[in-house]
Amino acid sequence: MLRIDALKAIYPSLEKHIVVTIMGAVAAELQSLGHRPNFFYLQHAMGLASSMGLGIALSRPELKVIVLDGDGSILMNLGSLTTMARYHPKNLIHIVFDNESLLSVGGFPTATSTGSDIAQIASASGISRTATVHTLEEFTSAFSQALSANELATIVAKVEAKGPSAFVTDLPLLENRFQFQRYLRDLRKHRGKIS
Amino acid sequence: MPVSLKNSQIIYDALKACNISLISALPETWLVHLIRLADEDPEMTVVRLAKEEEGVGISAGAHLAGVKSAMLMQNHGFLASINGIVSLAHLYKIPLLMLISYRGEFGERDPWQTEGGGVTEPLLRALRIPYVRLDDPIHVARRIKKAQTLTESSLKPVALLLCRDLMWEE
Repeated sequence: MLRIDALKAIYPSLEKHIVVTIMGAVAAELQSLGHRPNFFYLQHAMGLASSMGLGIALSRPELKVIVLDGDGSILMNLGSLTTMARYHPKNLIHIVFDNESLLSVGGFPTATSTGSDIAQIASASGISRTATVHTLEEFTSAFSQALSANELATIVAKVEAKGPSAFVTDLPLLENRFQFQRYLRDLRKHRGKIS
Repeated sequence: MPVSLKNSQIIYDALKACNISLISALPETWLVHLIRLADEDPEMTVVRLAKEEEGVGISAGAHLAGVKSAMLMQNHGFLASINGIVSLAHLYKIPLLMLISYRGEFGERDPWQTEGGGVTEPLLRALRIPYVRLDDPIHVARRIKKAQTLTESSLKPVALLLCRDLMWEE
């Protein structure tokens, strides 16, 4: 499975929810499919995308938050799996694209290449809904089930170690940050008017 | 336990007066009362961390989502958070209200706290993080309020150092 194909397959869902990605290939590939104001790309601070997603999910339980993580990033912050499990927000879906390497910095193999199993680590941390998927069909099925289950999920998608030709995009970091914040604020205002 | 309950309550009340509604924390001795007060407060979301750097991500998410938060940690937890502070909070202009228990200063009996005590302020200065000491209950509420004002106007982290004279009753 190619990560870009997996992203394409769930893009219609991502459009409707709050998305936080890690840096590198994931951020560049999602932007190549079309940036939206509800997408935030954490272009550094490896490991903290899941923590940011948790912070948003706990702060805004009315929204669905989708974190697009990677094996190299989550391996830097495995404690985050235990913190997510501890507070198990129903509105958080944690997707880990596992290409068994640090692709964006030269492709060096990570510990998942020698057998470390992120879904099992997540499960043993106390996250009740976990899966490892290898095909596009398995991935979209696990994702849509997680969406409708309304519970915390970690989905590990095994993908090929192939990425885009360039990682730098046209969107400045701060423009993304303020646009994303404004989107979340306006969403609250808008909902406030309805209720 | 000679951690000051009275002064912990003063600090907690000051955080509430700043409309803080989410606190991330990694427990340590001086913070026990503060964390318990937060746990017992139905208006407060408490996130207990595995490592303090997670708190930078959680506070960043909360800020972008419109929620005011604070981080409770020991100075060694601040040391463990530095990459998150630099490459999330500084890079993306995220306010952080960090309450850091200042172990390893004059009066410290635990040998293992002393190295961290010596590097805390030099590191805050190197990171250009504005900080102020909280060592007397008289100025706690005012300084916390001012710290909150600055972190929100500058969109940068600020630190309040919880000192021995405030936290510990000898």
